[in-house]
Amino acid sequence: MPAGLLPDMKNSYHLVVHFLLIVGAVFMLFPFLWMITTSFKGEDEILKTGKEIVLLPDAWRPGFLNSAEDDERIRQTEIQRKAWEEQAALPPASRTKRLSKPFSTFDNFREVWDKQDFYRYFLNTLYVSITITITSLFLASLAAYAFSFFKFPFKDAIFMLLLGTMMLPQQALLIPDYILLSKLNWVNTYAALIVPWVASIFSVFFLRQFFLQLPKDLFEAATIDGCSRFQFYYKILLPLSKPPMVTLGIFTFLGSWNSFVWPLIVTNDKELRVIQVGLSYFNSESGTQWGPLMAASTLTILPLVILYFFAQKQFVESQATTGMKE
Amino acid sequence: MNDKKVDWGAYGYLFPVVGIILCFHVLPIFYSLAISFYEWDLMSDPQWVGLDNFRRLADDPMFYKSLWNTFYYAMVSVPLSIFAALGVAMLLNNTISGIGIYRTIYFLPVITSINAVAIVWNFIYHPDYGLLNKLLALADIGPRLWLQDPFWAMPCIILMSVWKGLGYNVVIFLAGLQNIPKYLYEAATIDGASRSQQFRSITWPLLSPTTFFVFVMSAIGSFQVFSQIYMMTPRGGPMKSTMVIVFYLYQKAFVKFEFGYALAIAFVLFLMIFGVTLFNKLYLEKKVHYS
Repeated sequence: MPAGLLPDMKNSYHLVVHFLLIVGAVFMLFPFLWMITTSFKGEDEILKTGKEIVLLPDAWRPGFLNSAEDDERIRQTEIQRKAWEEQAALPPASRTKRLSKPFSTFDNFREVWDKQDFYRYFLNTLYVSITITITSLFLASLAAYAFSFFKFPFKDAIFMLLLGTMMLPQQALLIPDYILLSKLNWVNTYAALIVPWVASIFSVFFLRQFFLQLPKDLFEAATIDGCSRFQFYYKILLPLSKPPMVTLGIFTFLGSWNSFVWPLIVTNDKELRVIQVGLSYFNSESGTQWGPLMAASTLTILPLVILYFFAQKQFVESQATTGMKE
Repeated sequence: MNDKKVDWGAYGYLFPVVGIILCFHVLPIFYSLAISFYEWDLMSDPQWVGLDNFRRLADDPMFYKSLWNTFYYAMVSVPLSIFAALGVAMLLNNTISGIGIYRTIYFLPVITSINAVAIVWNFIYHPDYGLLNKLLALADIGPRLWLQDPFWAMPCIILMSVWKGLGYNVVIFLAGLQNIPKYLYEAATIDGASRSQQFRSITWPLLSPTTFFVFVMSAIGSFQVFSQIYMMTPRGGPMKSTMVIVFYLYQKAFVKFEFGYALAIAFVLFLMIFGVTLFNKLYLEKKVHYS
């Protein structure tokens, strides 16, 4: 093969690679795009019968992309809006017709946030997730500290016991855990959502792995200098463990934010619903209100997606390392 | 550590984690083993029924259906996800620009909640207004009922699940690929080996520990599939075509309050997952010797 051809071969090969990756990327992204744009569409816009695929909402689409049908619908909406505005301008007593308010861009979001109580679900989830994340990091770092720096009887036995419980499948534990909670009268409490999840064995292992890599002299030197066990933990160990703590924190927060099955079975009080449970109820109650449903889905993933774009590396790491338990 | 002194304080540091794990993850297991010999709705007193729950399970056609559906889900989704992820990882393993952007995009579904994306896919699969039927209409293919069709409901859920989990497997495979020494490929190229030959004699064998890891993790995950089934086919699908084992367990326990019976189902699920884990351990031992 003549050497001069090589760069071109490589380029065309790379073009094929890029092409395939872009096709895949469109497949990965399109559902999100579809979700977001639909969440800004009114019902008559979503449920129209035409065969053409329209991504952008009427309000955002440049006019030349409209079909005759689109133009007609937009004109009707405009007429409806004018009529409604005229009525709304009159004092209540002299209004002759009861007109429904025409769709405006953020209506779907207003619907789910206020009327469907998603603000409540959102705050519940935030409270539960943050509490679990902070508490589990604290407790796991304490346990990992003991495992990596202390000498005590049954150390290996306790460690193996914890290792063993990690192999138990989550779903098989649902019923026994539920029975326990109902005996404790914890069903429908925040405690049920939080307490079982503040002890994370995975976090203990992950931090222990990190602690064991630190020089042993550090501990001995500090002890000789009169540093107490707990002082060493919070003055030296914690500041050193920022990177693994961030990874674990993201992992835990993500897990709590997205957790669904557990909150579904331990709470049925509407006040206690977390966002995933709220979403599932809304999904089964709302029929074909696709606009509000897409707005609710967008709200549910929004905090994580925003965090993700700021800390992609840590997100990928936190997820990828969790698989690598052994 | 030089001093032989025992740090009794260690138990204090361990207590919260070990206590909660014992309470919520260890003791309930033993308790529930006992409960599986009772009939119990949590309200009235448990009735001793011996092995009846297991006998009923052995004769329950819906249980076999749910087992079959679970295997169907696993047998299609696991290989599909592995090959798609391997393909993407191999494309990303080239020295091309924009790898970071691609990785970000492919990984995005992994971090989003399954419930939210399940709703989006419900909309995509909708028979009248859904994107899928509209796209197929462009190719002159008639509309399908998708999630309401006994044949298509499961494939639809599988496609959505593969899409959701792909990025995770891509990242794992990419790490595996980057561990394969570059000089092997250079030597193979000099010897005139084609790309497909290189794949068969270098990439595939050296990647096998990674592939196996992904296989085991995906298999365990697929036996426990629940959320997308619950969100996309709330009643277990048309003709119960998406009734998987965890969904059946959920219905028995938390809809019909037959806790003893549900625990018998949980026991079978546990055995299935334990089987895969055991298989993994035995096989991985061999792998260590092999490499």
